[in-house]
Order: sequence, then structure tokens, then C-alpha cells
Amino acid sequence: MRTTVEAVQLAETRFAHGELEVLAGIDLKVADCEVAAIVGPSGCGKSTLLDLIAGLIEPSSGRVEVTGSARERLRHATLMPQHDLLLPWLDALDNAAIAPRNRGLSRAESRAVARPLFDRFGLGGFEHSRPGELSGGMRQRVAFARTLLAGKSVLALDEPFASLDAITRAQLQEWLAEMLAEEARTVVIVSHDVEEALYLADRVIVLSARPARVVRELTSPAPRRLPRTPAVNSPEFAAARRAAMEALLEAADG
Amino acid sequence: MARTRNLLAPLLVVVALLGAWQLTARWDVLADALGIEPFLVPSPSEIADSLWDDRALLAENAWVTLQEVLAGIAIALVVGAALAVALHLSTTLRRATYPLLVASQTVPVIAIAPILVVWFGFGIGPKLAIIALVCFFPVTVNTLDGLRAVDPAQVKMMRTLDAGRWQILRRVEAPSALPYFFSGAKIAAAVAVIGAVFGEWSGADEGLGHLILVSQGQLQTARVFAAVVVLSAIAIALVAAVMVAQRRFAGWSVEAAP
Repeated sequence: MRTTVEAVQLAETRFAHGELEVLAGIDLKVADCEVAAIVGPSGCGKSTLLDLIAGLIEPSSGRVEVTGSARERLRHATLMPQHDLLLPWLDALDNAAIAPRNRGLSRAESRAVARPLFDRFGLGGFEHSRPGELSGGMRQRVAFARTLLAGKSVLALDEPFASLDAITRAQLQEWLAEMLAEEARTVVIVSHDVEEALYLADRVIVLSARPARVVRELTSPAPRRLPRTPAVNSPEFAAARRAAMEALLEAADG
Repeated sequence: MARTRNLLAPLLVVVALLGAWQLTARWDVLADALGIEPFLVPSPSEIADSLWDDRALLAENAWVTLQEVLAGIAIALVVGAALAVALHLSTTLRRATYPLLVASQTVPVIAIAPILVVWFGFGIGPKLAIIALVCFFPVTVNTLDGLRAVDPAQVKMMRTLDAGRWQILRRVEAPSALPYFFSGAKIAAAVAVIGAVFGEWSGADEGLGHLILVSQGQLQTARVFAAVVVLSAIAIALVAAVMVAQRRFAGWSVEAAP
């Protein structure tokens, strides 16, 4: 039964870089199609947590499982890195289509697979543009298309909108909310922005300063409610934001 | 306009140097004072005369040398790039052979050229071997640096997008290394003509190197310099060709970075 297996499960997960203890026993469960946000002080090991979930590194101790498997995390999860990391020698569509290409499809086939997403993402007409010719918001959408086209059930997003200006960031948050409503995936999103975390996620997990532990979990009052502006300005949202900020400040103090 | 101005500065320098040279070599007062004999230092005008008068001879021999240089560089590019990939993929191989690669560049080409003639015969073989020997090194070293300078975050991203070792090499590392490869190729193109001259000195009956040797023996100093001018022109044309290729195949690295 799929429902009994958590999409993502960390149990007593520790991670150390030599002497440096980064994660001090993390317990975390993310249900299928749930969106969980991780917030915490800078340098507390949030990105390390995503690398663990995506199967790029192994924990020093404890377990990390994605859809019930510890060994096949790379197959079930994909990481969207902080910077778009689009390859400058490929056009936008080839960049988005890189995962199907890696799985052995021809260039024409992979482009055909990626093209419908371009129209949905408002990127129609920019298929042949080089990454350098696209705006920051468009590059991030291409990067998200690339992440979706990997076809994994779990998405690990590492501060996906951190490099964007405030207006573009708000627009893309709303856009991501729409996308997830259309096509549900399990998402673990790292953010340094409490408002972004509360808006996009069902649940916000607050980590302490390094070595990181889970210090608080908050339920979002209005996850991905559209339109965004009234949703984040409601009194319940403001209260949740205040609570999250307090938790974050406590976490930063240790 | 900017282009013309860019060309003006180097042109002026060349004209000034040639003028000074012409004066020193041909103005009797100065030439006598410095003890310059005309057969030791030809003036630019004499070299120009030789370039025109010996044009058939120069062209014929330049064609021979050009063929050697092109084939030699082609071998160096293929071998150099393949070696770089092999050294990149295997740390053991890199550690084991890198000192040898450096050592290969300390081999005095003039000393081994006659041996190469014994091995490869009197034809184009030894010339190709020498050109490839002096040209592969900058290609290998630069390409290897390029392969190792890849952004590790890009490699990480490719791994989560189902890329195996081969795909990471082909889609991320090789394109990242391409501008470095072209830098190596530019150096190779510039030194290839020297390799060709050494190769021809060790045994040849045609080519610009051979012409230089023969003309020296006949005290045809102006013709020696004319041959050197043609060699330089070949090297400049080759470097320019590499730059054109870089623009064509690695345009993103030439354009302003985003």
C-alpha cells in the first residue's frame, strides 16, 4: 500500500563533515503530495538536508528514505539547485529537456517531450533562446521545467527564487502554486523567506542553528491559495508569519 | 571605427620598427658605425624584394610546410584532447603520467629529430611526429584544466537528472572545457611552424625550413628572412582560424558573459 509509505522519511539522521557536525539527528516525515518547507538560520545545513534527500550524499548515521527506499533516492527525487545552473551552450528547450536526453531519448524526442511545458510555463517562443538572453524569472521557470521533466515524484527545491527581485519572486510563488495544483508532487522546499515558506508549503519546519535539529513545526493557514496577495495579507497568515519569525529567532539564538 | 583604431596601434608599431630597422641597415653612416654587413642583416626593403622575386619558390615551399603543419596540428589536437579526457577520468593515470608529459616537453627536439628520421623515414612522418610532440602539450594541459574547472554544482545537478558518467562528460564537462581547448589550440598553432622547421632541418628536400637552411648556406640572408616572414604569416593565419572556430563552436564563451 503506497499510502503507508511516507514520500520522504528521515529518522535520527545525522551528518558531519569530518569534525563539523552539520545535522544533529533530524526526524522528518513528508507525506505523498505534501509540500514541506524548511527554514532555519543561515548555514544551518538546509542544503545538506536536500542533498541527503536527493541521494547525492549519505548520512553519517540514521536513515533517509524516499518512497520507502534508502538506496534508490536518486531515482525517486530530484534537486533543483539554488542558482538555475542552465547550461550556456544549450538553448532553453534543450536545457529543460536534459533529463529525458540523459535517459537516452534523441534530441528531437526530448525536445518534443519538453515543448508542451514551455507553453504552459509561458515560455512559448523562447525555445531557441540561450540562457543569457532570458530574464531571471524565465531562467527559473526553465530550471523548474527541467526539474519536472526529470519525472521524479519528490522534488527538492533549494531556495528556488532567492536570486530574484521581490516582484518576480511573488509572481513565481503564485505560479508555482498553480503548477502544484495542476500537477501534485511531493515537495521539500528550502527557503530563507518565512512568508514564501508559509505561502507555498502545507507545513513549515524550523531548524535550529548548526548542528541542526527540528525545533518547531507550523501548519500554514493558507497553503498556495490564489490569488497570492490577499492570502498573505489575511490576519491568520500574519499570525502564522509572526509565530514562524519568533521560532526562527529563537532557533538562531540557539 | 573602433576596429580601425584597434588595427592602427599595432600597425604603427610595426611601421616604426621597420623604419628603424631600414635606417640602421641601409643608412651607411649608422651601418658603418655599428659594423653591420649587408649580408648579415638585410634591410626590410631587401626582404620585400626577396618576397616578390622568390614568390614562386616561397609559395612552393610554404605549401609543403603548411601541409605538414596542418596534419601535425590535427594529430596534436586529437591526441591532446583524448589524452586530457583519459587523464581526467582516471586519477591514477593522471598521477602516473603527468610528470612524463612534462618531461616530454624538455626533450630537445633538434637532438631527437635525426633519430625520428631513422624511425619514420625521410618523408613527412618525422615532421608530423615533431610537430605533434611540441603541439599536444598545450592542448592537453589546457583541456585538462578546463575539464577539472567544471562547476561542481552543475555536476551535482546532472546527477539528479539521471546523468551517468559519460553524459556528465559529454553534456557538461566537455563543453565547459571547450574554451580551454581552444586556448591550447592557439598556442599549438603558433608553435607548430617551429616544429615544422626543426623537422625539415633534420632531413628534407623541400619546405620553408629546408629553404632557410639552403639560403643560409648561400648567404641569401634576405631570402632567409623572407621565409621567416611567410612562416609568421602561416602562424598568424592558423591562430586566426582557431579564433574563428572558437566563435563558431564555443560562441557562448566569446560573447559577453550573462
